[in-house]
Amino acid sequence: MRFFRWLLGFIFLAGAIIFIFAYLKVDLQAKLMLYLLISFLLSLFRILKGPTPADRAIATDVLGILVIGFCAILAVYTGRDWYMDIAIAWGLQSFIGALALAKFIEGKSFDA
Amino acid sequence: MHEIIALIFIIVGITFDLFGCIGLVRMPDIYNRLQASTKCVTLGTCGILFGVLIKFGFTAAGVKALICIVFLLLTSPVSAHALARATHRSGVKLWDKSVCDKYEDDKDALS
Repeated sequence: MRFFRWLLGFIFLAGAIIFIFAYLKVDLQAKLMLYLLISFLLSLFRILKGPTPADRAIATDVLGILVIGFCAILAVYTGRDWYMDIAIAWGLQSFIGALALAKFIEGKSFDA
Repeated sequence: MHEIIALIFIIVGITFDLFGCIGLVRMPDIYNRLQASTKCVTLGTCGILFGVLIKFGFTAAGVKALICIVFLLLTSPVSAHALARATHRSGVKLWDKSVCDKYEDDKDALS
């Protein structure tokens, strides 16, 4: 059962990487954005399945960091520089959210 | 030449992001997941932003990318440490094959 689960994940990852690299007729930067979308999917899987609430908090923090990189690649791909403003604001908001979730998981009140 | 170096940095950053998220799914324990994912994702996103800085030079977008690198390097270890401390204090057990737990021994002296 454990080996079957490992094999399923390996087939999904290798199939997605080979399909994007070899069979899609798009630009190189669009392919890079699709690779980043695979890591979004893996992080969302951990948010859905995580056994404890702390798993979901960590996956949410990682997802917030990934969105910064996605906005940076969008700024390169489209040539507009206001995507970097979105990246800075998203980083601030993700940091505050992670600290608030940490205080909430620890079990104290927000004032302490 | 600038664009090729920027593209190399962006590809290395995306590779580190993908490896970090594979570790987030693959690792057996919450502390191992934190160890694998947070460092890899921070380094990968900093690589992408450094590629953007090389691509745009010191224009508005490049300076914003530099500000974002500094901010990310300052805040990401702080949030990871806060999440690890909160997880350990909320009573989540370690993996049964983990070897040692120094924070459990020092908890009485700290608090």
